[in-house]
Amino acid sequence: MRIVVDFDLCESNAVCMGIAPEIFEVRDDDFLYVLDENPPESMRAKMEESVQRCPKQAISIAED
Amino acid sequence: MNSTTVIVGASLAGINAARTLRLQGHTGSIIVVDADSERPYDRPPLSKQMLTGEWEPEKILLPAGKEDLDLEFRLGVRAKAVDLGARQITLEGADGTVANTAFDSLVIASGASARRLPDSAGIAGVHVVRTLADSLALRAELEAGPSRVVVIGAGFIGAEVASSCRKRGIEVTLVEAMPLPLERILGAEMGRVCAQVHIENGVDLRLGTGVLQLETETVDGVEKVVGVALTDGTTVAAEIVVVGIGVTLNVDWLEGSGFTLDDGVVCDNTLLAAPGVVAAGDIARYPSARFGRMLRVEHWETAIAGGEAAARRLLAEASGETPVVFDPIPWFWSDQYDRKIQLAGRPMPTDTCVVVHGSTDEFRFVALYGDGDRLTGVLGMNRPRHVVQLRALFEEGASFSEACERAATL
Ligand SMILES: Cc1cc2nc3c(=O)[nH]c(=O)nc-3n(C[C@H](O)[C@H](O)[C@H](O)COP(=O)(O)OP(=O)(O)OC[C@H]3O[C@@H](n4cnc5c(N)ncnc54)[C@H](O)[C@@H]3O)c2cc1C
Ligand code: SF4
Repeated sequence: MRIVVDFDLCESNAVCMGIAPEIFEVRDDDFLYVLDENPPESMRAKMEESVQRCPKQAISIAED
Repeated sequence: MNSTTVIVGASLAGINAARTLRLQGHTGSIIVVDADSERPYDRPPLSKQMLTGEWEPEKILLPAGKEDLDLEFRLGVRAKAVDLGARQITLEGADGTVANTAFDSLVIASGASARRLPDSAGIAGVHVVRTLADSLALRAELEAGPSRVVVIGAGFIGAEVASSCRKRGIEVTLVEAMPLPLERILGAEMGRVCAQVHIENGVDLRLGTGVLQLETETVDGVEKVVGVALTDGTTVAAEIVVVGIGVTLNVDWLEGSGFTLDDGVVCDNTLLAAPGVVAAGDIARYPSARFGRMLRVEHWETAIAGGEAAARRLLAEASGETPVVFDPIPWFWSDQYDRKIQLAGRPMPTDTCVVVHGSTDEFRFVALYGDGDRLTGVLGMNRPRHVVQLRALFEEGASFSEACERAATL
């Protein structure tokens, strides 16, 4: 599983960071950083929640 | 679960209930009914990117509405009545045909409609923003380049419409009956900051002023708005008036059918409104142990969470599992000009409010709300990271003073 963020859509509202701070981090520069683009399978539920809860539909999961 | 579920409302709460039911093992038919004939779409952009013209309708389709979930959509169809005993719902098609449909379980997700000014029906140039059609109609008139728009109501939607008009370079008068915008939600101190944001962005803000009447002219048989007479004795000339004075809940179809209707459909703490019937989203009122009172939350995220929770409630009922209590931490955002306002929690306007980070002069800060030593809210302006991190303190059960200490370390 690979996490893909469309940074043209992302507005750094940090919703994903609230769900999975291990993976998503909005820093003081107000940009989102993906800390681990290939999260372990154990994080799948949280990644799917992040996809659903991103108000900008900016996150997707690629299977490769 | 292999039975028939009817969902009324194909918006955020309804579509997420449908999705959760299907993904969690509902194998029977799921009928999703909506009076709106559009494919399920998202509402927050209606007052933001859709009005400024940055986005097109295609972009606001809800992802769950596009997934292949084997749902039976009945769009353009309105629920008229429900008979709980006979377990059937009366549906009216766009062509006026009325038919009954049987259900085993029912999801009430019919949300809310925009409140309108009395006696404003049929007057050209007067708008509300709740549906895609509303947003497109207003946008078309904004594109014609009006000299001024009057926005009535400085709540979140009114503020966002004002912001979108300013982004287009249109002059805006924003009229608010209360002494300060958003005072009933954020309290006076933060209401003042929100007022200042409008003023800095060139809005003619009229506070503590009501609307006396719309001024109209009839040209070629069409009655059109030309201005708004205010209770302070002034009249503002405008070609367009946008009314953002709150919502009325879509409960008409539930009246007389045995539900408790009291500013929403009253549910228990698992969103159950009657055996086999759940409610979610803007329409659901539920007891919150976290905030010690009944809540009805008109937030995007709560509609998603509520839709999912309502679906799980039905599945638990079918399988005999213990249902999960619904009591999330409300979280809301609003985009106004270049400011992003976020609120986690549910403060009362009279709660203590302390700025714990940044400064209100720079419109970049975090404020905490407390009732005694109980943390009730986290408000941020252009500080999303802090709001999200401090929101977690509700889960941890942190007190107001602990939250203030923690905020100092961020
Ligand atoms: C312009 C706008 C901007 C917003 N911006 C934000 C924001 O920035 N942040 C935020 O957190 N929230 C925002 N919100 C709030 C958020 O969109 C709502 O909380 C959410 O849409 C609620 O979803 P819902 O499914 O409960 O109800 P609704 O979205 O109201 O959907 C109810 C659906 O039921 C249908 N319906 C009603 N009655 C019937 C009937 N009798 N028969 C059949 N169908 C029926 C309606 O057609 C509608 O599609 C905004 C809302 C609007 C309108
Ligand atoms: S939730 Fe979406 S918009 Fe918000 S920071 Fe994460 S990716 Fe960006």
